Amino acid sequence: MDLEIKERIRGFITSNFLYGQGGTSLDENASLLAAGAIDSTGVLELVTFLESTFNIRVEDADIVPDNLDSVNRIATYVGRKLSVLSKAVVFDAR
Amino acid sequence: MRVERFLADSAIRYPDRVALVVGGRRFTYANLDAAASRLARALSCRGIDRGDRVVLFLENSAEAVVGLFATLKAGAVFSMVNPTTKADKLTYIVNNCRPKAVLTQERLRSVAQVAIDQAPSVLTSIVVDSTGESTLRGEVSFENASQNQHTDPIAHAGIDIDLAMIIYTSGSTGFPKGVMMTHHNIVAAATSITTYLENTRDDVILSVLPLSFDYGLYQVLMGFMVGGTVVLEKSFAFPYLVLQNLRDERVTGFPLVPTMAALLLQMKDLAPGSFPHLRYLTNTAAALPPAHIQRLQELFPTTRIYSMYGLTECKRCTYLPPEQLNSRPSSVGRAIPNTEVYIVDDRGDRLGAGVVGELVVRGAHVMKGYWEDQLATDRVLRPGRYPWEKVLHTGDLFRMDEEGCFYFVGRKDDIIKSRGEKVSPKEVENVLYALPGVREAAAVGVPDPILGTAIKAIIAPAEGVSLTEREVLGHCKRYLEDFMMPKIVEFRQELPKTATGKIRRSQLQEEALRSTGYESSNG
Repeated sequence: MDLEIKERIRGFITSNFLYGQGGTSLDENASLLAAGAIDSTGVLELVTFLESTFNIRVEDADIVPDNLDSVNRIATYVGRKLSVLSKAVVFDAR
Repeated sequence: MRVERFLADSAIRYPDRVALVVGGRRFTYANLDAAASRLARALSCRGIDRGDRVVLFLENSAEAVVGLFATLKAGAVFSMVNPTTKADKLTYIVNNCRPKAVLTQERLRSVAQVAIDQAPSVLTSIVVDSTGESTLRGEVSFENASQNQHTDPIAHAGIDIDLAMIIYTSGSTGFPKGVMMTHHNIVAAATSITTYLENTRDDVILSVLPLSFDYGLYQVLMGFMVGGTVVLEKSFAFPYLVLQNLRDERVTGFPLVPTMAALLLQMKDLAPGSFPHLRYLTNTAAALPPAHIQRLQELFPTTRIYSMYGLTECKRCTYLPPEQLNSRPSSVGRAIPNTEVYIVDDRGDRLGAGVVGELVVRGAHVMKGYWEDQLATDRVLRPGRYPWEKVLHTGDLFRMDEEGCFYFVGRKDDIIKSRGEKVSPKEVENVLYALPGVREAAAVGVPDPILGTAIKAIIAPAEGVSLTEREVLGHCKRYLEDFMMPKIVEFRQELPKTATGKIRRSQLQEEALRSTGYESSNG
């Protein structure tokens, strides 16, 4: 997993949803929803952040807890999207 | 009729029908009624009696539904508290209504602990999903409490004019007020609403609204009243999954608030006509923007859309018959069945069409008052047509058109509506003042495309102190429920004040609206 991706996601979540509180103790596997860190409008802000920062398109069907409900899950999801994108670029180049 | 009969009667009539679907579990009416009876017995054995209060501090869950009916079956009074409530406010609430028992869940233990430790009235704490050791006063797990096999009714002698529930709502003083509803009030409101929504036992209602919000609570009460099925979700954080459930469960009724409609309309791949079984959508709390109404009609072409208006103090005031939505999109319609609404001037005289005044509500759904707050009660419940009745002065400014349809204009006080829930600026300001370094503070509402109105905090720090937005929001998050959280923080040297030194919040509110291009609040 790309550490830089994870750090940017963690940075966004701590500064936008935890307001700098608990930044170091944020459990990367913990459910953001259950921890009360994020709610329905927060998910929307998160999606907007992911789309603009990583230049990916988050499909409706991707907006599910499996992809977005912890720092690690988000990082894995973004990594997957980016690798699909880079493969597509390689394919185009050939 | 008492409200626990909604469940008990449906369990007799339709024992094997599915009453509740939650978190992948399905409960028949017979299951659920038996579970409520067993828990009622446990409450009764622990000394909870007619008129005693039970606080339910729980997320939307089967246990929350069982808990509320168990409380009523024991003859007691329930108060459902928002699970995002923080320790200080929960402490205030339990000291205000002095419950004998609190039902909560493992995830909320630390918040419940603070409140219960400071509330001597609480003798029993029942914990759902309990994993740790017992730390709460009189603690027992939900599972253990429900283990008895007694499902026969408890002889509590309660009748329908007894108090059934207390719902806390944001008050202009900054402290929540407990709205008192009798069984008779609830039955009257539920009967009226299910009449115009034409609910039947074939209805499947999906709700993501918290049970602490009367709009969410009534989905369960009304669903059970007609013998239908209620699908309960914890939140609308993942709309795609909720819509999948809407399709899979063949849902017929879906209650919205404007924020949910805005989130729904943000979805990229929603195809029109995907939900042919959805009979109706409802919206309340604030009017939907006309553009949203149009897009909802395109996405749900076979669904009736109801615009409605209400406040916790009477549950619901008005609804607009769906066929009139296109001709008067900004109206919230007329009085709900078997109730009366009208507009009065400052002297209490009725006003005709076209004039703005305060909305007054008459009917059996009007609350009995605020719990142990006679002063606040007297301000809103005033003498009515007959010597024995009180009418509700809502504090909402409305106008009526020539055909008798009503339009929301604004609030008489400073209460802000955000995400469909009432926010008292004073309550937010009290929290802001508790942050060291805050000298002056005000909370105002600003238009927001998703929240309807977002909360803006305006702060003048003390001399020589520098505060950051993050510090302010981090502090607020520790004390305020999600829907009360400010979204924007502005710092100033000084806030405008009256000659007597009182902060001019109304001036700040006007400035905030002007800077976003709005001239007046539309709630």
